This record gives sequence, C-alpha cells and structure tokens, in this order.
Amino acid sequence: MTSTVSSSRFPCEVANRRRRPRRRLGPVALVLVAGLASLGLVACQSGGGGDQVTIYSGRSEELVGPILERFTEETGISVDARYGDSSDLALLITEEGDRSPADVFLSQSPGAVGFLAGESVLAQLPDSILDQVPEQFRAADGDWVGISGRVRVLVYNPEEVAAADLPDSVFDLTDARYSGRVGIAPANGSFVDFVTGMRAIVGDDATLEWLEGMRESGVRTYANNTAIVDAVNRGEIDLGLVNHYYNEQARAEDTGIASENYIFPNGDVGTLILVTAAGVLSSSDDVDNAERLIDFLLSEEAQEFFATETLEYPLAAGVEPVIADLPPVDEIDAPALELGSLGDRFRTTLELIEQAGLRG
Amino acid sequence: MVAVARDRSDPADPLVDTPRRRRRGRRAPTPLVIIGLVVAGLFSAPLIYLIQRNADDVGAMFSTITSASTLEPLGRTIWLAVTVTVACGALGTAVAWLVTRTDLPARRVFAVLLALPLVLPSFVAASALVSLFASGGLLTDVIGLDTGLRVRGYWPAFGVLTLLSYPYVYLPVAARLSGLPPSLEESARALGRRPVEVFRTIVWPQAVGAVAAGSLLVFLYVVSEFGAVSILRYDTLTRRIYAARLLDPQAAIAMSLALATIAIAIVVVERAVSRRRSRVEIAAVDSRPHQVHLGRWKVPAVAGMTGVVTLALGAPVFVLGFWTARGLTGGRSVLGRDADVADLVSPAITTAGLAVSAAAVALAVVLPIAYLTTRYRSRAGGVANTLVVGGFAVPGLVIALALVAWTLNAPFVGRLYQTLPLLVFAYVVHFGAQAMRASEIAVGGVPRRLDDAARSLGARRSRRFRTVEAPLMAPGLAAGAGLVLLSVMKELPTTLLLAPIGVDTLALRIWSATQDGFFAQAGLAGLVLVAISAALTWVLVIRRMPGLGR
Repeated sequence: MTSTVSSSRFPCEVANRRRRPRRRLGPVALVLVAGLASLGLVACQSGGGGDQVTIYSGRSEELVGPILERFTEETGISVDARYGDSSDLALLITEEGDRSPADVFLSQSPGAVGFLAGESVLAQLPDSILDQVPEQFRAADGDWVGISGRVRVLVYNPEEVAAADLPDSVFDLTDARYSGRVGIAPANGSFVDFVTGMRAIVGDDATLEWLEGMRESGVRTYANNTAIVDAVNRGEIDLGLVNHYYNEQARAEDTGIASENYIFPNGDVGTLILVTAAGVLSSSDDVDNAERLIDFLLSEEAQEFFATETLEYPLAAGVEPVIADLPPVDEIDAPALELGSLGDRFRTTLELIEQAGLRG
Repeated sequence: MVAVARDRSDPADPLVDTPRRRRRGRRAPTPLVIIGLVVAGLFSAPLIYLIQRNADDVGAMFSTITSASTLEPLGRTIWLAVTVTVACGALGTAVAWLVTRTDLPARRVFAVLLALPLVLPSFVAASALVSLFASGGLLTDVIGLDTGLRVRGYWPAFGVLTLLSYPYVYLPVAARLSGLPPSLEESARALGRRPVEVFRTIVWPQAVGAVAAGSLLVFLYVVSEFGAVSILRYDTLTRRIYAARLLDPQAAIAMSLALATIAIAIVVVERAVSRRRSRVEIAAVDSRPHQVHLGRWKVPAVAGMTGVVTLALGAPVFVLGFWTARGLTGGRSVLGRDADVADLVSPAITTAGLAVSAAAVALAVVLPIAYLTTRYRSRAGGVANTLVVGGFAVPGLVIALALVAWTLNAPFVGRLYQTLPLLVFAYVVHFGAQAMRASEIAVGGVPRRLDDAARSLGARRSRRFRTVEAPLMAPGLAAGAGLVLLSVMKELPTTLLLAPIGVDTLALRIWSATQDGFFAQAGLAGLVLVAISAALTWVLVIRRMPGLGR
C-alpha cells in the first residue's frame, strides 16, 4: 500500500522540480552580492590615512559624536570611534592588551575607567590636562580625568509625594514611611559606583546597614535608570535613586511626564557626582593626538556642548550647567570625596550588595 | 493502517529510510572528515578560551561554581529554560502545522509574521511589554485599562521568552511538514481516520525530529539570554555573569564555563535520545502538502494565530511605533537631532548584508557536518556537531572576547582583527547551532536510496547534489538559514566588540538609543528592523516552502 501510493507520486514530483532551481537561486545570489558589496563600501569608508586617533567610547554616538566631529573640523585629526557599553569596552581593552587599536578610552562611569586604571593599562596624563578639572573629579595618580558629571538624585512623583515628605538624606529612605515605594538598580553601574562612593565616605559597615535597611523596607529593583524613571511615571513606585540625566531625557521625549528630580540637601551622601571620564592607553602609538582629543573635550566649546546638549554638569573651562532644576556644581554641596577611589575595590561593593540580598 | 508510517519492511520504497539502511552507511569520505575536524577546531575556540582562563586558578573556579550565588541562579536558569522549552515546543509545532497543512486563511501572511518575533532584541521586547502591560502603562494611558500588574519575575520572563523564541521550533517544523508528501495523510483520511489520529500516527512521527531540534535551540537560547531576564528581574546565571563581568571577571569566567559545560551535556543527552528514537523518515518531496479542512475550527484557529501574532509581534511593534510618534510629535529632541529614517539607510543595508552573509556561510560550514552525522555516523561529525550546537548557550560577550583573544594571539590571523570576515565568522560560531540542527533534518529527509539511484544512473556528486538533494533540502536549509539571519540581525555583544569601526547595525542603533533614553530613535530603528526582516524572511525562507511560496 505504502509503496504504491508513494512511488506513484514520486516520478511526477521529480518532473515538477526540474525547471525550478535556476530561477530560485537568483534572488539569493543578488541579495548576497548586494549585501557584501555594501559591506565592502562601509569598510572602505572607515579606513583613513593621515592624522588619526582611535577612541573607544562608552558614551553613545548621540552624546559625544557631534563634538568628535567638531574636533576633526578644528584640528584635521580624524577620529575613529567604537561605541559600546563602557564595561564591555573596558574588557575588550584588557583582552587586546598591547595590541589595542584604541588610543583613548571614554567611559560613561567612573567604574569602567577605574577598572582599567587597576589593570595598569592607562598612561599618566599631563598636568596641563589634569589641572583643568577640580581635584575631586580626576584620578589621584593622573590616570584619568573627568569630562562631565551626572549627579545622583532622587526621582519622585510630585502627585504621590509632597515636597515636605521628601527625605533629608539618602539614609532616611529606609524609614517605614517609604516602605515599598522606592526603586533602585542594584546591578547597574551607576548604582554600584554610588555604593562604592558611599563606602568611601561612611565605611563598609554603615553602607551594609543601609543596603540591608533598604531591602527590609521593601525596596524594588530595576534593570537600569531608565526603567526606574518609567516606573515612577507609571505609579509603580513613588521614588527612585537615579542619575539626574535620565529624568531630563525622559522629559525631552515626553513633555507630559510628572516625575521630578530631587537633590538631597546639605552635602548628603546621596548627592554624589559621578563623572564620565577619559584616559589615554599606555599602548597608544599616538599619545599626542590622544591628549589633544582629551584637551578638546575639556575646552569651552565641548563643555558648553555637554552642558546644553547632553544636560550634564560641565567640569572645566568655567562653563555653567543650564538645567533649570539643578543648581551649579559648587552649590550642590556634594560630599567631599576623591573620586579616584571609586574605581577600585569593586568586588567588595558587589559582595555588600549581594550580602544585603539586593541582587535579584 | 497505522502501520503505514511505521512500516519499515519494504526496502524497495525510496521514500522511507529505515534505521537499518542508515546504519549500513558507507565510511565517511576523508575530505568530509577533515572538514568536520576543522570545523570542530574552529568552533571549540570559546570553550578552549574559557578553560584556559579558568586554568589560572582552578580552586577559585570550583568554589565559585559550587557557591550558592552560582547554584541558585543556575537552578532558576534551568527551571526557566525547561518550562519555556516545553511551551515553545507546543506553540511552535501547533502554529507550524496550522500554517503548512491546513486551509487556514491568510496562511502566507501568518507564515511570515510568525517568524518575526525572533528578530526583536529581547531587551527591547521586554521593555516594550512592560511599558504596555504594567499597571499605569500604555494600556492604561491609551484605553484606560489598568491591568494591576507589576510585570516582573518568573511568569513575565516565561511569557516574554516563549513569545520571542517559539520561532526556533516553528521554522524547522514548518519546513519539515511542508515537505511531507500528501499521500500518506490522504490515504489515511480516505480510509476513515480522524484528523487527530492522522496527526498522531502520521504527521507527528515525521515532525518529532524537527520539534526536538527546535526545542533544543530554545533551551540553549534561554540559558544564554540576558536582556529580557534583566529587564524583568528574573535572576538567572547569565544575568549574574553580566553583572559580574567587570566587578569580578574571574567569577564571570567560571560561571560561563559552568554554563557551557551544562549546555554540552544537554546536547550530548539530546543526541543520544534522538538517536534511539525510531527514525522512519519519510522523504521530503517538493509538492503542495496535504491540506486539512479546518471547518468549524477555522474561526478558533484564526483567532488563536491572531492572538499569538498580536502578543509576540503586534504588541512590541505598537510600543515601538508609540515611542517614535511620541518623540516626533510631543517631545523636543535634546540634541536637535530628530529621529530620521534617512539616518537608518546605511545601518539597514549593513544589517541585511551581514545577516545574509552569515546565514550563507553558516549553512556552508554546517552542511558537511550534517552529512557526516546523518549519513555516516562519523565520530568526527558527532564531536563537531556537539561543539557547534553547545556553543549557542555561551553568552555572546564571552564568544566575542574569546575570538578577540584568539585572533590577536594566534599566528597569521592578527590581520583579520576587527574586519568583516572575522565578524561574520563570529556570527557563525555563535549561531551555527541554528543552521546545524535544521540542516540535519533536511539531510535526513533525503533518502539514501534516491542518491544511490541517481548514482547508478551515472550522475556525479555535484550533479546529484544540485538536482536531487538540494531541491528536497531547500525548505529545511532555508529554515536554518532564516534562524541565523534573524538572530544576526538583532545580535549585539559580538557586533559591539568585533565590528570594524564605522560599521553600524540597526541593533547597535537601538541599543545605543535605549541606553540614553532616546526612545523615539530606538522605536524607529526597531520598526525598520522588523520591516527588513519581514521582507528577507519572505524572500529567502517562507517562499521556499512547498505550498506556501508557490
């Protein structure tokens, strides 16, 4: 039975098939050739001769691309930029070792540049660059320099929290009245850097106590700052610990959002300023151009760009921040902390966060 | 009549390939074995890197792997992976059957749309679904419905990953079912079998290999997934690896090795089980498959399919569109750079070119292995197969770092660093598993008898491949290539580290925009990604399936 049915169908199918293959492979080949050709074009564009500097940027193209283009216009030095996650790029640089094509590393957070400093792959920057930035925003040993700053704030929903009910200190967030209403991003670099800063200021014991207090009062965890701002606006939580940038950007995307940034008063630990930072790789074969690029990032033009376009705190050239609801850096009264210490001793921070049961 | 499918006694039937016939197979040709060994060597790069990195401090490795902070997330990983795999196996098989073997209305449209959730980057899909469904989210804003949900934890992770990864089952099963000859089902129906029995006794035994292969891919994918579980706060081992990658690199490397070991163990077990399964493969044919008339089931079937497509594709696409519209109309762009389609032309072309190249190379690389394992039972083939498939569970970042280390430290290949060929090779290492399993099913669907017959008529190997085997394998190979294609289009960590400077893909654009809260730009790039993948999926994959394309 089987064989009769099957074999009776079989020959006609072979006959049907015969004409098709040629026609079918046409479009595949076409797409393939077009794809490869376009890739070839892209690859050609990126190769450039002459004066050139390569930057691995943990800041995205949106936030730094325009200013790199200005650098090329002014100096004639072309910039090859690899954009990515700061942590991933830092790991890439350590994997590449001496053969890294990168001359400059630009980090979104103190953590990643501190990691590279710890791996001893960054070269000492000249005083002419370091001295442009206040001492607390650069590495003590001169391995890296802060470019712009983001301040840690409490984002909150004014419809749910009256101004009088806002805490005076980040340590007050463990109070019962905030129970279940606060969000943090425990695995995110900005929170990890913040906890490292807290350890440097109040010590490991007090830090652990705070983390445990947060967990006990039902703190809610999120993947990143954006998710916290989003959750505050949905009403899922009323308050969240984030970098100030994210609420500003959220408002730029959606003018109707309710959430506001709140800065802890009186130089509270909660008001840490986290810098984006740059360093030159010791494996760089063009230190001059690399330093010129960093110098340019600290120039008035670049600092104006960071103040007005990326809504951050400028750190050099006497430029003032422009964001309406944030005061100038020196009025923030951020806790005295030499940020150079932030990059080290990660593992302990990670252990404390985990010990407090907050990594989930 | 049940015996129709199981009948293995008739050696003259060219459409039925029995285990006995398979085992009798000739010794593998030496060139094929050499190719197998080379491929095995290339695909072992990430594993060797992990072993090498752990070798410095084996004691620390063991204490990391056996600590509660590894074992607990590992338990959650496996629980999530197993449950998602079961759900995807059922969902993927059901929709594949409906699309290929019934008179479902708009089958071609469904066939394309059903494959597309695979192209959505998981962190975007997860974020979109949170924005949409969480209490106070878009559903509340737009239609005033408060779901009362906090979208986080196991169930949302289970739901999102099921909706994103059932295409791993759907495409291979659809390819297999579309190639099954209509004859057996028609005779069974003619003899009065009910449709359910026909499915159980005739269709299922032929589909089970593809279901198993697709399910394995789902399992390995979920094990290595990072974006969705991170957004949805389900603490798996891969999430731990990412969280520790900079803070405690040694722990991250040790946990990655644990993950790779488990993946390889699973692959070995799956191979052993599937080998024992009685395989009476009915040959693929190149004609319109049998169509079951759904009758009164038509409405529920269409409703179910619409539901799946709406949740898995429609909902995320709606949110992407909403982000785009909101940013373009209400919002003010901070950098004065509005989201613009023109900016996306070059990344779109690059994305498509890379994805198509990687899919083609992946097929070319794994096809010899598929012949080795399916036709010859070669040990080299088995090892290569295990390495190719197991590699899929290693997080992309680890694969990228491994290839960086290899390229820069191995002799002669340093020049390849940060070039397109290396990037395509990295994609092939990462996603070769997807083409591998689909190819094995495709090769298995071509009976040896047919090859023997063509040989006895004097056809040479290349001609036999071109005229006899390739057309029969086309749907299966296209399904495998399609999986690679869609995976590459959304790939992030490897592209991020290995792409030549200046090469920009849509996935990179989406990621970079969401990192800094530029949702309008992310939304627009996401919409372009879905549109392009729809076109490619139709042209390169679905159209090749008998009964769907022609």
